[in-house]
Amino acid sequence: MAMPKISRVFVLTALVYLALAMVAGILLAGLGTPDAGPGFSGSGSLGSVALLRPAWIHLITVGWLTQLIFGVAIWLFPRPDGHADPGGTDLWLCYGALNAGLLLRVASEAGPALGLSVGLLPLSALLQFVAVLVFVFHVWPRVRRS
Amino acid sequence: MPALSVWMVRLSLLHLVTGSGLGALLLASREMPRLAEIGGGLWGFRNVHLETLLVGFMVQLALGVAFWILPRVGGERPRAWQAVAGALLLNAGVLAAAGGGAWEAEAWALAGRSAEATAALLFAVHAWPRVRRLRGA
Repeated sequence: MAMPKISRVFVLTALVYLALAMVAGILLAGLGTPDAGPGFSGSGSLGSVALLRPAWIHLITVGWLTQLIFGVAIWLFPRPDGHADPGGTDLWLCYGALNAGLLLRVASEAGPALGLSVGLLPLSALLQFVAVLVFVFHVWPRVRRS
Repeated sequence: MPALSVWMVRLSLLHLVTGSGLGALLLASREMPRLAEIGGGLWGFRNVHLETLLVGFMVQLALGVAFWILPRVGGERPRAWQAVAGALLLNAGVLAAAGGGAWEAEAWALAGRSAEATAALLFAVHAWPRVRRLRGA
């Protein structure tokens, strides 16, 4: 079964987040270790490293894992009425909301560590939850005996 | 998609909505302190967010799809009762572990995690013989 465009976009974006998360993990480990060596200081200009940890966790769990799941589920779950391509406006809305929400979260959480005030966590939360609801509403009727 | 997979995937989607809804409230409450006071202290439900999403959604979805997709043995899914029992234990375990974490009831949390571990073992025993090369592959 050919992979629809929306699934390809979800999965490729998930791979990008995986790479970002791994880099963030290295930075987190290095920045949190006072003796990590030149250029890595627990009290460096990036401020409190602890602020970055939730962002790192959600880059992995939402950006990589959940997005990968969404992309593959949209591709593989039974399609109603033989529709060839499940890539409707609702799924593109889901993609946009999920990624906008996640990027806003990372910016809002990393911002204070960089001396910036972003303050958009409630909007980030709403966008990500809307994305989840859209996905569930789309995929629910496709979860059926076949 | 077999009936058990339908049930497991739908339950996983319900866990996704619950866990992510709670997560959204937790995230928003970091800049809206009044939200944090809901339910006597929203952050006490952080464990519910973790349990429902990591186990209720991700693990259950994976197991539900695996039950559907893994190669069958002689056209059958042998000892499917193990997968059914695993699904029941997994969901009971999530409820117990999440509740135990939220209300600091260690016995419930322990019972819940034990149920989840038993569910994983049952499913692994069911699925092991199905992880094999397909003829001609």
